[in-house]
Formats: sequence, structure tokens, C-alpha cells
Amino acid sequence: MGFSRLLIANRGEIAVRIQRAARELGMTTIQAHSAADADSLAVKMADEAVNIGPPHAAKSYLNISAILDAAAATGAQAIHPGYGFLSENAAFADAVEAAGLVFVGPEGETIRAMGDKAAARAAARAAGVPVVPGSEGRIADLPTARAAAAEIGYPVMIKASAGGGGRGIRVVETGEGFESAFDQASVEAKAAFGDGGLYLEKFIARARHIEVQVLGDGRDAIHCFERECSLQRRRQKVWEEAPSLALSPRAREALCASAVALASAVNYRGAGTLEYLYDDATGHFYFIEMNTRIQVEHPVTEMVTGIDLVRETLRIAAGAPLAYRQSDVRLNGHAIEARINAEDPADKFRPSPGAVTDYRAPGGPGTRFDTLLYRGCQISPFYDSLIGKLIVWDETRDGALQRMRRALDELIVEGVVTTAQLHHDLAEDETVRKGDFHTRWLEDWLSSRENLAASRRRQA
Amino acid sequence: MAQILSPLPGTFYRKPAPDKPAFKSEGETVEVGEAIGLIEVMKSFIEVHADVSGKIVKFIVDNEEPVMAGQPLVEVA
Repeated sequence: MGFSRLLIANRGEIAVRIQRAARELGMTTIQAHSAADADSLAVKMADEAVNIGPPHAAKSYLNISAILDAAAATGAQAIHPGYGFLSENAAFADAVEAAGLVFVGPEGETIRAMGDKAAARAAARAAGVPVVPGSEGRIADLPTARAAAAEIGYPVMIKASAGGGGRGIRVVETGEGFESAFDQASVEAKAAFGDGGLYLEKFIARARHIEVQVLGDGRDAIHCFERECSLQRRRQKVWEEAPSLALSPRAREALCASAVALASAVNYRGAGTLEYLYDDATGHFYFIEMNTRIQVEHPVTEMVTGIDLVRETLRIAAGAPLAYRQSDVRLNGHAIEARINAEDPADKFRPSPGAVTDYRAPGGPGTRFDTLLYRGCQISPFYDSLIGKLIVWDETRDGALQRMRRALDELIVEGVVTTAQLHHDLAEDETVRKGDFHTRWLEDWLSSRENLAASRRRQA
Repeated sequence: MAQILSPLPGTFYRKPAPDKPAFKSEGETVEVGEAIGLIEVMKSFIEVHADVSGKIVKFIVDNEEPVMAGQPLVEVA
């Protein structure tokens, strides 16, 4: 099971992050890359690099046979899928194992079971984990859906069984308009995922998004506490923290125990995340889905627990048992991550690809910057807009907020527009300082800022 | 002869969705402000609007082809 040659089938900051962990374990890093990423930081840092195809992800980072060919050609013994791309593709995990290589992550079977949201929900219920009131599994047709919606109680959410990224989701406030929303969601799900299957969930108006990090070795599973990711725009996380301000020690214990119960029930192997909705009004939490991979926001957990999640996952993939017992995992201080995207918040978050003409990284105490940036690098239009993650830690949340502002002041990125100033404004906002937010708060805040800017323009 | 240029680098699409007809075909007329395609850039889709009006002579870039900012997409007469 042990391996020393690791192929990284991903790009950007996470490829760099994986290389760092692999290096510390004495592994040789082989960076798979598209033609567009030939000059990327990940390629420059790797021991070896291999071109897997044209810029379009479908022809490179999503091309299973090209990646397996690259692994064979370079003598790789294991493949790390990172996040996104093929990381939650069960067929890819199976193909990697069938080729006699190690897939750094759970078994294809686990990915399959957890990837279907309705099946994941059933697994959660079986493990005694609370789920959002909703339909049990897929809804066969409109009359069944109507009956289920009436039983759950409006407002309800119609969601795609094979879904992700917010596509195929409709909120229906009352029975009126249910039929058209159901049809639209089905068409959208069919177009996006090739599967029109739908299910229903109760819609919680003021919910926090809280998720629990788990680690498993296929026998034992532990949690590494929670992250709060309520600040979202279009269901994409913008700012993440650990721990959550909303949880009492008792609520935290119950939430994390439920995550371990589910991870144990499926003999989970690797790093995984269970996402929950937390209803501030009632203190109830509900499981929504499991992500069977490392997440973008994993560093905040690393900062408050001191555990290198990526390195531990590589060790487990190489056959080692979990290095930690639950009692070894301690929560210390507070961490915040700001996602720095190449987008213009003043222009509807219009993407801003191009050449980075100047760059200075933030540093100093409690400050970490996971990035793909270097002076002169190109921000490609072919992939997502994440160019860096600024993570700060301090003993207290107030200290971390202060440190976030200081670190953002140090960051210089010229040549492309970034969301850095937006994070500075968030760190100064009174509601953010109080931690009194929910999953729809950020979009309201952004639109009120936009209105304010528009009225100022009219007056000028 | 005028050209409509791509405002951003990315991937050019001629249809609003895979199962929808193309925004415009060769031989059709186009008005200023009308959409002639989409550019996918960093997973966002941005409509390309005509800044000239006239008859579309030719699509210079094929569907799903990568484009650079400022690259001509369409010839209009």
C-alpha cells in the first residue's frame, strides 16, 4: 500500500498544498497539468510535471484516461484528486484502483453512496443523524411531490438528487407555483447532471451553514470540530471560520458526535466533511450532505487543531492507521479564511483573468496564505477564480479579525481585480464582528451596498 | 465590414444552453445590444452583445472554441 510517487490530478492552490504535504512525507511529486497551466506555480514547484491535455477541463483535469495514461507514463503509484474536478467521481476512484494505483480518498463505493444526496440522507438517518424534514428519497411524480410538500409544510425546497453547486434548486413559498417550480427543477437537473431525479426538503429561512471535519482510516473515525461557512454568495462560500460562534459546548459535542457516527457507519477513509444547517432559533441541526474529499476551507481546521489534514490523509492512503485518537484533538483559538478571487465586486463580481504584474504575500504571526500566485503569473480564464486563501489565527476571534485586516493590508495583487477589499470591509462590519449572520446575510449586505453606491452616483 | 470582438478571454458558446438554438445564425441580421453568444470565463457565463448592427456574414470562432480578449468573433456587413 505504501507509495513514494504521487501524481496530483488538480491545479492551483490545492495542488501546491498537496505537494507540500507530500514533500514532508518524502514523496516525489508529479504534477499533472493542462496546456494552460504549463507555467503555473504548481508545475514550477513539482519534482516532475506531465501534460494531460488542452486548457478545457473536460479535455484535461476531467479526462480520466489522460490522467491514467500520465500516471502510467510517469510511474506514479498514487493519485491525489484534490477538490472539484474528479475528486468525487466514483468511476474515477474505481478506475485508479483497477489500474493498481492508490486513490487518495475514500473507496469508490463510499463516494457513490454519499454522492447521491437522497442515499446520503438515508444513510444519515440510519446512523441516527438528524436530517432536514423532507421526502424520503426520490419523488416519483408531481402528485407524490405535492402530497410530500403538504406534509413537510411550506416553504419547501425542491432539490436535484444528483445535484451540487446550487443548480436544480427551487424554493417554493406556498402551494401556489409548486407545479412550475417542480417542472423547472427537473429540467434543470436533467440538463446539468443528466438525471432529472428530485427530492424535497423543508426550507429554513435563517440557517447557518456549519460543517464538521472528519478523518477516518477505514476502521476508526474522528472529528476535528466544526467550521462555520454561513457567509456565501450564490451558494459559494466566501469566508469561513472555526469554531462557530453559534454553538454552545453541548451543541458542539452533539453535532460532532453525529458526524463521527455517520463516518463510522460507512467505514470512512480519508478526509471528509459533513455539512449541516443550524437553526439559530431552535438550536436544531440537520445534516444536508457529505463531501468525500478535502475542502477548500480545510486550513481553518488545521489552524485551530494543529493537525495537518492533507498530510494525515496521504499517510492514511499509504496504509497507516489514524495517528490521532479523539482525545488528542483539541480546539485552540480562532481561525478565519478569506477566499481571494480574481473578480470585481464593484462590477457584479465580473471575472478578472490576466497577468499578475505585481504581487506581495502577507505574512507574520498567525498568518497563512495558500495561493497559486507569483509575480508575472497568468490567471487563466479556463478555471475558477480562486487565486488565494488568506487564513489567520489568533487566541480570540476579535484578535483574528484584527489580524485579518492587517494581513489584507499587506497583500498586493496588481494586474487583476480581486475581492481583497471586500474582505477588509467584511472584517470591519458590525454584524460580522458580532458573528450574527446566516446563509442569506451576505447577499443582502452586498445588494444594500450596491444600492448605496448607486444612489451616491445619482446624487453626484 | 465590421467585427464583433470578445470582451474577455475564455470559451465561446453560440447557444444560451446546450439544448437551446443558437443566439444567431450566419445570414441573420443583428441589432446593437443583441446577444450573439456567451463567453465562459472562470465558470461564469457572460453574454456578448453586438456593438454594431447589420447582417452576420460569418462566425469566425466556432462553438466551444477558446478565445482571447479582443479576438474577432463575428463578421458583420
